[in-house]
Amino acid sequence: MKKILFALALATSFSAQAVEYTQVQPDKSAIHFTYKQMGVAVDGQFRKFTSQLNFDPAKPSAAKATFEVELASVDTGAPEGDQEVAGKPWFNTRAFPIAKFVSGTVKPLGGNKVEVAGQLTIKGKTQDVVVPATFTPQGNSGVFDGSFTIRRADFSIGEGSWAKFDIVANDVLIKFRITANSK
Amino acid sequence: MSYTKTAKALHWLMAALLFGLLGIGFYMHDLPLSPEKLQLYSWHKWAGVTAFLLVAFRLFWRLAHRPPALPASMPKRMQFAAHAGHLLLYVLMIAIPLSGWLMSSAKGFQTVYFGVLPIPDMLDKNKEIGDLLALVHKSLNLLFVAVLAGHIGAALKHHFIDKDDILTRMLPKH
Ligand code: HEM
Repeated sequence: MKKILFALALATSFSAQAVEYTQVQPDKSAIHFTYKQMGVAVDGQFRKFTSQLNFDPAKPSAAKATFEVELASVDTGAPEGDQEVAGKPWFNTRAFPIAKFVSGTVKPLGGNKVEVAGQLTIKGKTQDVVVPATFTPQGNSGVFDGSFTIRRADFSIGEGSWAKFDIVANDVLIKFRITANSK
Repeated sequence: MSYTKTAKALHWLMAALLFGLLGIGFYMHDLPLSPEKLQLYSWHKWAGVTAFLLVAFRLFWRLAHRPPALPASMPKRMQFAAHAGHLLLYVLMIAIPLSGWLMSSAKGFQTVYFGVLPIPDMLDKNKEIGDLLALVHKSLNLLFVAVLAGHIGAALKHHFIDKDDILTRMLPKH
């Protein structure tokens, strides 16, 4: 009896370890952002992005993530703004249609938290970013939530007459929620 | 008989502010998106909220201090028209900033007074309602311009044709 229980425990712990979240569910995933315009916080989002994810809760430091965001799918919160930010001073989507994030080292912070160091490339410029994320298992899927702040000037987003920060602030908060199923 | 100093001050302060608001409002609306446009929008909203606060105080003052009576020489229906016109001006001075504030909420741009004091949103973001309120704001303003033209025309008629003291009794040194 003891032996059977032990074998069962082993089997379940083994299967728990083998859970790896890889199938990103686009309809349950979103990338939002918040920017400030003369002190007023305005929300926007990117409607289209693709991602690859490998996350095993038992081996968080082996996790990998790649995101490719279609910049032309931006929703700035105002139709006039969507057209404007596609243009040269902002994203210049014709020359740089995609923003890319590639994860590097992943540090488990205990509990359901991890810290993902990675490289973010927008408009031909690459910056190191650190992205904290929390992981919540939900049935056979996992939900990853997180947010981090970038400075638009680091990526030359908003050049020329927009370059000063008195109208549109430098800091942009990026918030994401990614849902991925295990295979 | 004349108006109180406060009533006169409020009248001319608001006249200047409202002409500025009308001018900036119609002008900014047609500008292509630029930092200047966003700046004008913010200034317009701040000035609009200020106008609302001023008109609230002015209404309060008006209820506590009866204005001087209209000249007895004025026919009854003219007196009625004058009162109705003034009432309409008050209604519009309240309704226009309220519609502007609600429109901003519905369009997803909260009003933050002078960039520091957030004014709560009463409506959630909704494109259709936002567009509708923009039309309401614009229509009320067009009506306001028409009523103002009547208001100014009437004041000038009193001064130059009727030669009574209706215009001068609102002037500072009367
Ligand atoms: C007595 C006060 C106000 C006056 C006389 C006024 C006047 C105007 C006028 C004439 C326009 C142009 C309308 C058009 O051509 O579409 C306008 C637009 C606008 N106003 Fe006001 N306004 C007032 C208060 C406010 C307030 C308090 C707010 C917001 C808090 C506001 C927000 C706006 C916005 C966002 C627009 C642009 C609408 C668009 O682009 O579609 N206004 N205003």
